[in-house]
Amino acid sequence: MSDTGAPPRSALATVDLVDEALSSAFARPGRALLTALGTVLGIVTLVATAGLSRTAGQQIVDRFDELAASTVDVQPATVPGGLDGTETVVVGNPMGWDAAGRVARLAGVDAAATLSDVPLPQGAAISAVPVIDPGAAQTVPPTILAASPNLLASVRGELAAGRFFDSGHDRRADQVAVLGVDAAAQLGIGRLEASPAILIGDDPYSVIGIIARTERNRELLDAVVVPEGTAKERLGLAAPSGLVVETSVGAAGQVADQVPLALSPNEPDLITATAGWEPSDVRRGVTEDVSGLFLVLGGVALLVGMLGIANVTLVSVLERTGEIGLRRALGAGRRHIAAQFLAESAVLGTLAGMVGSATGVVLTVGVAANRGWTPVLDPWLPLVAVVLGSLAGLLAGAYPAWRAARLQPVDALRSAT
Amino acid sequence: MGDPAASDTPSGAAHALVELDGVWRTMDAVDPIHAVADVSLRIEHGEWWSITGASGSGKSTLLNLIGCLDRPTAGEYRFDGIDVASLTDAQRAGLRAHRLGFVFQAFHLLSTRTATENVALADLYRRGPRQDRRDRAREALHRVGLGSRLDATVTTLSGGERQRVAIARALLGRPELLLCDEPTGNLDSATTGEVLDLLEELHGDGQSLLVVTHEADVARRSGAVAEMRDGALAEKDNRDGALAEISSRDGALAEKDNRDGALAEKSNRDGALAESARPDTGRAR
Repeated sequence: MSDTGAPPRSALATVDLVDEALSSAFARPGRALLTALGTVLGIVTLVATAGLSRTAGQQIVDRFDELAASTVDVQPATVPGGLDGTETVVVGNPMGWDAAGRVARLAGVDAAATLSDVPLPQGAAISAVPVIDPGAAQTVPPTILAASPNLLASVRGELAAGRFFDSGHDRRADQVAVLGVDAAAQLGIGRLEASPAILIGDDPYSVIGIIARTERNRELLDAVVVPEGTAKERLGLAAPSGLVVETSVGAAGQVADQVPLALSPNEPDLITATAGWEPSDVRRGVTEDVSGLFLVLGGVALLVGMLGIANVTLVSVLERTGEIGLRRALGAGRRHIAAQFLAESAVLGTLAGMVGSATGVVLTVGVAANRGWTPVLDPWLPLVAVVLGSLAGLLAGAYPAWRAARLQPVDALRSAT
Repeated sequence: MGDPAASDTPSGAAHALVELDGVWRTMDAVDPIHAVADVSLRIEHGEWWSITGASGSGKSTLLNLIGCLDRPTAGEYRFDGIDVASLTDAQRAGLRAHRLGFVFQAFHLLSTRTATENVALADLYRRGPRQDRRDRAREALHRVGLGSRLDATVTTLSGGERQRVAIARALLGRPELLLCDEPTGNLDSATTGEVLDLLEELHGDGQSLLVVTHEADVARRSGAVAEMRDGALAEKDNRDGALAEISSRDGALAEKDNRDGALAEKSNRDGALAESARPDTGRAR
């Protein structure tokens, strides 16, 4: 019956769709801006919350993580041992007397010092010469530690009085000792003017300094520290049993990876080097608490913003019923009408995403600058925020677009005069 | 892809442009209303038909049916041989985009855009070249005599100018049938004359036209008139007045008896039609 067949379907090029959506959305720029405002606020809240919590979290972490982030602790590797496997046994100790020097040469290392436990000779005791007080309470005797001369820098220690031993003492194996402040108190040594001495076993050691405080290795405060050379000569120390390394902030992980190779190139497994806390673990713990509530707030703001777009787009569908009728008369199918309103609300959402994202970043940087913080932003954050805005717009436009597409062309044309 | 302009002549030989056969459009209601009742109409290529009738007589509904904006609830409608009832929504949209043009009483222009942009809008849903869209829109505006207002915003145009923009928009895709729903309803008599002159000129160039109007002056200009009453075609009148066919369908018969007044009116119009035969004689057939 028909020789012409089905007519060509109508079409709408994507370029035209975007063009139409842009010119319709910006036909009333003031309204577009107001419509998008709610979504802008939502996006700003989300971006600023994410940015600020990350920035602030980074600052908190920087403060109490700085020490951990610059500490590497080096020990000989241990394996479970003993009869029941609960004790640990050192497999072998490849550390030589030059261990501190080797490690100090690694990039990122600010200071490295060996620190070894020295077993007290059999039957020996530590005592101070001047006073023997039989009435004193029985206390745990101080431990003896042997250290290289640069120990204080590695543990960030400070002396209360006197001086620390130097490489000369070390080389000559001088019988000198530096006491931790607690050990000094226990031994009854308060002032150094009288050149006090202590006895380790039968050997006298001059006390040349008292350590007031350290940031690392607090056990030093309770110890008698002697030069490594002295411990080797007189107390039978065979090899250093550990290293304390101070690194640049952030270099700890990398240094910890390199130390075993530097100390024991053939058998790096014999050395265990441990960096302080992993900064990211700490940061995660801190920021999640802080930002959770604000993210919820941002989500609520975004939702309200979406309702705003949905509402105005719906009003616009009702207002532009005549235009919809006209477009249908010009050959637009239902899907073209739906696509147009979806595109318009997506344009509004994208606009809101861009404005909100930019504002959020500026806000983050501004607050950070005000507080003297380093702004920390995920580089994907602004992009994600814009996409989020577009999605919000699309979602908000779904119902109005459906309503617009459902209009009968005849009704649409009639309703607007 | 069919070229709408080219299909004018070859298919025209085989099919009438519009063929309505016992078409009904019944509105759903508690008491169903027959907006269009059993209408049969044949419009050939190149004809200018007017449909007149009081408001509520169903003439606009008939135009919407012919314009594929609405579908009949019963009866057959073939547009250039295509059974419109068998088309999907999207196919009818394609038909509107490529082969039909609309002019409305309310102009339906986008007020924030310029005349050229409004005309170019007609190309939006059409398959075809897009590069020269703007140029063709300007050309169409020149054709309707608005060459000097190409970039004027719609709000700065007068009513007559607005309707001419709407006509240019409808003409952009070279439609086979131009459907005008009360095209002069919002215009004063002077601009009505201008618009009708323009339609006449288009008709002279071979454009098929269907004009719905309640104004006798407007109907007088056309070659053929059909009058509607309560949804039915009360009277059809071809351009030479040779065939005064009165709808003999049931329902229309009952009306025929009490149409004395209308017939009297009609006889007046016959005289007017004779007058308006002048432009017809000069028309290229």
